[in-house]
Amino acid sequence: MDGSDKRAMRRLESELGEPVAGGGLLHRRAFLRGGVAFAGAVTVAAKVNSAAAAPTIGAESPLSMTRPGKLFTGYGVPARSEEGVRRLFALVANREGAGTSRTPWHMLNGSITPSGLHFERHHNGVPDVDASRHTLLIHGLVKRPLVFTLATLQRYPMETRIHFIECAGNSGALTRPDPAQDTVGGLHGLLSCSEWTGVPVSVLLDEAGIDPRGKWVLAEGADAAGMSRSVPLAKLQDDAMIALYQNGEAVRPEQGYPMRLLLPGYEGNINVKWLRRLKVTEGPMHTRDETSKYTELMPDGKARQFTLPLGPKSVITHPSYGMKIQGPGYYEISGIAWSGAGRVRTVEVSADGGVSWATAALAQPVISKAVTRFRLPWRWSGQMTTLLSRAIDETGDIQPLRKPWMEQYAPGQGFHYNAMQLWAVDPLGNVKNTYA
Amino acid sequence: MPSNRILIAAVLGLCLAGTALAQPRLGRVATPDEIAKQDITIGPDGATLPPGAGSVADGLAVYEANCKSCHGDKGAGGPMDRLTGGIGSLTSGTPVKTVASYWPYATTIFDYVRRAMPYPAPQSLTSDEIYAVIAYLLSIDKIVPEDAVLSEKTLAQVRMPNRDGFISYYPKPPR
Repeated sequence: MDGSDKRAMRRLESELGEPVAGGGLLHRRAFLRGGVAFAGAVTVAAKVNSAAAAPTIGAESPLSMTRPGKLFTGYGVPARSEEGVRRLFALVANREGAGTSRTPWHMLNGSITPSGLHFERHHNGVPDVDASRHTLLIHGLVKRPLVFTLATLQRYPMETRIHFIECAGNSGALTRPDPAQDTVGGLHGLLSCSEWTGVPVSVLLDEAGIDPRGKWVLAEGADAAGMSRSVPLAKLQDDAMIALYQNGEAVRPEQGYPMRLLLPGYEGNINVKWLRRLKVTEGPMHTRDETSKYTELMPDGKARQFTLPLGPKSVITHPSYGMKIQGPGYYEISGIAWSGAGRVRTVEVSADGGVSWATAALAQPVISKAVTRFRLPWRWSGQMTTLLSRAIDETGDIQPLRKPWMEQYAPGQGFHYNAMQLWAVDPLGNVKNTYA
Repeated sequence: MPSNRILIAAVLGLCLAGTALAQPRLGRVATPDEIAKQDITIGPDGATLPPGAGSVADGLAVYEANCKSCHGDKGAGGPMDRLTGGIGSLTSGTPVKTVASYWPYATTIFDYVRRAMPYPAPQSLTSDEIYAVIAYLLSIDKIVPEDAVLSEKTLAQVRMPNRDGFISYYPKPPR
């Protein structure tokens, strides 16, 4: 740091206050306190810009202000320069259509995922479902087996709620022995958050009339894998929804058009897409995707089954792998936090490898079983450091460190990973994935 | 005042009754025939297994024609999931999860293969072919004998090696 850097640092310090934790973390409201000073700086810059004289103001304006813009479009698309913001692919070898695409969280901000960037996990491609012929059958241990069409469901009272969906295999790369050098999207992009609108499942189950012996419900999709899962009846009677709309428009084909089972907070796979059937049963059916997959083998050789709600989790998206911090000074550390158990109560951030922690500001409102954006001002000294975050949910559950998470399971298990993500920052400002 | 309260209570009561009546109840009653056509789920009790039978020998032919290109010779895996072997490995440092070593119920194989396999042409195998290919796969690890014939009467009786290997964490982890 030369003399002018030090002076700039001291000026920032007087404007933003003393750090509240190691590594240069500032109080979560420091930016608001320093607001006046920043506004002043902007005014000065504007004056400098208007120095040259011109016959018309057009000569001094950007081209966009001097000619009419483009015409209207039937369906808008992102700006031209955002063409690189795309889902990230990690397809299963030899099996196109049975892999994943991931939400590029490191290229986004806020907490809602644009529908076209919602992650995908298909087991045999995206089916082309004819909505006018598609039906939902509710049968099994019910008094009246019933059939619903999309048109009938659209006549029911609906609910609108914001919820995340996270694949049970999300972040599984972090169970590998060496830290994978990949972006937030590549590592944690099997998570997305949308506003969902649809019919509460409980209303339809009431209409069918549940036999008291019924305790589980087999849910099945109309895709080429016939994806099916056993769902606890109690969850369907609680906050489950037949989702018909996603972010205001019909659910996208990749997300289950024309109808998807939404089980807030439960692992992604059980949120069955292209839902065609609900069968009420006494016990679970032990389908392939609740035995062979999405179960976690423990060191004693036994496997956990029906570990459905996802644990508290957070990850810093800015800065993160692939970004280069442009020299010492002020930055905003920002990221996302969520929990399958309810609301995120607190997110804590450390800029000294977990030695000290500061509480981040949470974007309001904090919604149960939804992605919450967190932010914290940070003054980077230019020295090597490690950034990490941990989420604590409203049940008091705390996001674990990687080591205790790994110790719960047998080697090679990658489902339901929710340990803390550490980012190592080197003196050049490069950010890398690290385990310690 | 008391009469006002009674009136308010009466109005509230009507409103609540109105809400209950407003339940749309628009579902059409399903016929037994349409339920039978759609209910392809096979539970561990095997109650919904379709009639049919297949031998280990028949299953080898089904496997070679439909499965081997993805699951390798004798289900050894590659490029897709390994299906055989790995029995006894779950407590080792390198657990190998296969159909033979990990899946708790043979009925799940029928359910999954019938609905989802072979990958390029799901739902294209007959019941006899599915019983046969399960018999063949399970014979490789001697879960069923070489001369086994599996059918809707016998499949649910097959005891998989990891039958008791799963612990339900719903509604809560066991203490």
